[in-house]
Amino acid sequence: MNDCLKDAIAKKDRETILAKVPYAQTIDMHYTGNAEHDYVLKQKESNIGNPTLPALHGGCIGGFMENTALVEVIVNLEPQAMPKIINFSLDYLKPGRFQDTFARCNIIRKGKKVVNVAITAWQDDINTPIAKARAHILL
Amino acid sequence: MTDPALTDFIRQLVEPLKHCKALGIQVIAAEKYKLTLALPYKDALIGNSDTGVIHGGVLTTLLDTACGFASVAALDEFELAPTLDLRIDYMRPATPHKTVIAEALAFSVTTSVIFSRALAFHEDERDKPIAGCTASFMRLKPKGQVDFDKFGAASYE
Repeated sequence: MNDCLKDAIAKKDRETILAKVPYAQTIDMHYTGNAEHDYVLKQKESNIGNPTLPALHGGCIGGFMENTALVEVIVNLEPQAMPKIINFSLDYLKPGRFQDTFARCNIIRKGKKVVNVAITAWQDDINTPIAKARAHILL
Repeated sequence: MTDPALTDFIRQLVEPLKHCKALGIQVIAAEKYKLTLALPYKDALIGNSDTGVIHGGVLTTLLDTACGFASVAALDEFELAPTLDLRIDYMRPATPHKTVIAEALAFSVTTSVIFSRALAFHEDERDKPIAGCTASFMRLKPKGQVDFDKFGAASYE
């Protein structure tokens, strides 16, 4: 990891970390900084995967949730090297409408090598999530 | 054996999708139950700026699309089937500047659900997969006709 990124991690500056990930810019995801929303995937035309509804591409929602998990693991556990996702299991509960989407990540267990995290994504109400995911991340 | 008419049909469905276009997903070949996609490397896909390796989320989209449209290719009549769930295993990082290929197989079509799996790899390293995916897709109108106005309105509704 370069010094600039290490500095952002030490300051828990999630938005700066995201600014250094081109894919995060491509899908237009940001850290909101408010306790209610955590991360946001902005309403963006190029994230649409179903033109009829229209709805967001399921893979894009997945990528947003994976990146949420990675950034939270980086800022909370401060690993020496960039953590790697081992696997990711995602349940789609509702279609992702063409509007802002939010995500929150909970670190369920931190082992010596592997972290288990749960990620929830929602749009209007956190109690009616559009997707739930579980990831194993290698430190 | 590649089915040229089916390949064209799937290409017309996949390539205009805005998110597929944004990432640069291309349809290479389709036949009944099977689909091959390609994703050329580009900077917008990078997950780690230090190494230039593409983001896992890009592979999620590629594999979800591959499994989803292999499921479309498995049906005699066109239906759209939203993803119920998927699981991705990341075996190794993709090599920067190399195109990623995804091969998907819809291995079981039931009245309500289509089960599929896919692998992502580089063309010259088929024996060293980058990621694997297992996904299931809900059929919205298993017995009747497809209502195009309502497709995808949630498999739960």
